[in-house]
Amino acid sequence: MSTAAKMTGNRTGMQTSPELAEELIEGATNATPSSQGDAQDIADYRGEYIAEGFPIGSLPTVPVSEEGEADEDELGMAVFLDKLSERLAYERTGTRLYEALLNKCETLGETTPGPTLEEIEHIGREEMEHFLLLNETIAELGGDPTLQSPSADVAGVTSLGIMQVLTDPRSSMAHCLQAMLTAELTDNDGWQLLIKLAENLGYNELTTQFETALEHEEEHLQNVRTWLSECVLDSAEA
Amino acid sequence: MTLDIFNEKGTPLEKQEFTWRELVQTPTSKLDDDAFTRVRIILMNGLESEALRFSHATARMMNGAFRLPLAQVRRVEQHQQTMVNWLLPADLSPLETTIGFEQVAIEVTASVALREPDEYLAQVYRFGLLEDFDHLYRFSALMDRVMGADANNIIQNYSDIMPGRPTIVEHRAPEDNLREHYNAMTADPLTKLHALTITAAENQTHDYYMTIGPMFADPIARQLYAEIASIEEQHTTQYESLLDPNETPLEKWLMHEAMEVYNYFGCMQYETNPRIKQIWERFVDYELGHLHMVMDLMKQIEKRDPAELLPPTLPEPIEYVSHRQFVRETLNREVDLRAAGTSFIHKDEEPDRAPLSIAYRDQMNSEGSPSEVVAAGYTWTPGTELVEKRSAFAKGAS
Repeated sequence: MSTAAKMTGNRTGMQTSPELAEELIEGATNATPSSQGDAQDIADYRGEYIAEGFPIGSLPTVPVSEEGEADEDELGMAVFLDKLSERLAYERTGTRLYEALLNKCETLGETTPGPTLEEIEHIGREEMEHFLLLNETIAELGGDPTLQSPSADVAGVTSLGIMQVLTDPRSSMAHCLQAMLTAELTDNDGWQLLIKLAENLGYNELTTQFETALEHEEEHLQNVRTWLSECVLDSAEA
Repeated sequence: MTLDIFNEKGTPLEKQEFTWRELVQTPTSKLDDDAFTRVRIILMNGLESEALRFSHATARMMNGAFRLPLAQVRRVEQHQQTMVNWLLPADLSPLETTIGFEQVAIEVTASVALREPDEYLAQVYRFGLLEDFDHLYRFSALMDRVMGADANNIIQNYSDIMPGRPTIVEHRAPEDNLREHYNAMTADPLTKLHALTITAAENQTHDYYMTIGPMFADPIARQLYAEIASIEEQHTTQYESLLDPNETPLEKWLMHEAMEVYNYFGCMQYETNPRIKQIWERFVDYELGHLHMVMDLMKQIEKRDPAELLPPTLPEPIEYVSHRQFVRETLNREVDLRAAGTSFIHKDEEPDRAPLSIAYRDQMNSEGSPSEVVAAGYTWTPGTELVEKRSAFAKGAS
């Protein structure tokens, strides 16, 4: 435990000051809500906005057939491009996340248990290669790799918290690995889904390339899971 | 399209009503709406924020007769600001919103600089423009390198992402941040509308950065926001010093309301999203209502005819278009300008004519420069610089 943590202690729990806690409970228990109902009322409010039906954004556009109407294949392609864009955004951010993890490990020093600098560099390099593969794939399919699709946008929102953990100078290696586990679990499922979409659309060569990427991701997941587990178990024994 | 602000009375104040549900509408789409819709939302939020700031400051300094009318108008402007600002969606992160703020500072200031009839004020706008232009580049580098995202998803190709006057040299002593003010007796009304508009936009930019800077975990992001917020404070000082301090408070209030009518009317003319256009139309009418109320106060209290101060019809609105060529030409011509007192000089003259700024800048940068660090070797590349394998992991990548 650092000196700063020893000096202040964690004050968030009620047992920090039992007398104040008792007064707090007494006050809240004796008060009367100004309106009837429960948390369902919030859901009703939210539901009104959901029902309006505004989307986050539109799917990527794909070359339209000569008849001018999107057929089933084109819709399938739009969904494929949406998920490719999502994966691209994820791998692009993933590269930056592993840069931050490398930075943390370089500064704190390698520890056992925990990843070595070389192991982090290995994963980071593969994340970047996956990003480049997706960038090239989208362009070859006639899509725009710089476009932010709705799924890519949502992935960005979801991973903001992970970035905050990785770039916080106060987070520990175990905190960072916990955050990266969330990222890697999602990444594994993301690649599996891309493989299914590629198979359904008949892109056999892409399917093979994506399966190789998935093998890398499975290794990343396994490594992160092991490092995290060992770090936490080790700290519990210290 | 013109607007006769004397004959168009707008919506009377007592008819200007809202509900919470109405204030909080489904926001715009970060992905589908045009970047200039976001630019207009950010600008108009800044203008309403200024309306409240001005109204509060005035209420604290003027005699009792003004307190109630100021409070009555202020309540409506509070809700106008809410309805406008809440049009920004939640998937627009604080850093992405920042990119939007800088796009406002570039494109709106460029339009103002081009239209400004007073050459000295036009120079002031061009001077500030090149600094905000640089901020966009620094924040874009932060976005690419920390978030792993592309600022051009927000900019939508309208504005360039490249260095301007480097932020590291923008830090100046207060003595070099004040400018000559326009003369309220002789200035073109458009000059007054411009100065108020840009002051409002920059002040809100400062306030926004001061609010969100601590939300970032990364120390480089926190330092960059600290540094650029300091420049936005300088810009607010610069632009507000353009306003003639000899205007009476009521005269200033009148010009604030005219400026809001002018800008909502401009937004209405350029808006591409029909749902948002309806809001701009509604608020043109609300602001006309405010303007006429203040006109009446001016006649009653100061016994002055507002027609002496206001143009019969509104000037051409701010242009919501890309000003790429103008900005590039300005950059080529004026990037090496610095400030000395209220004048602009070449950077070579700075040691002799602005020594206080140099001393202050050296002190602030003595432990490093976040704006230089974040963009070290950075060239914006479509998508990300990772396309060019510019990463710690480049070594050994296939």
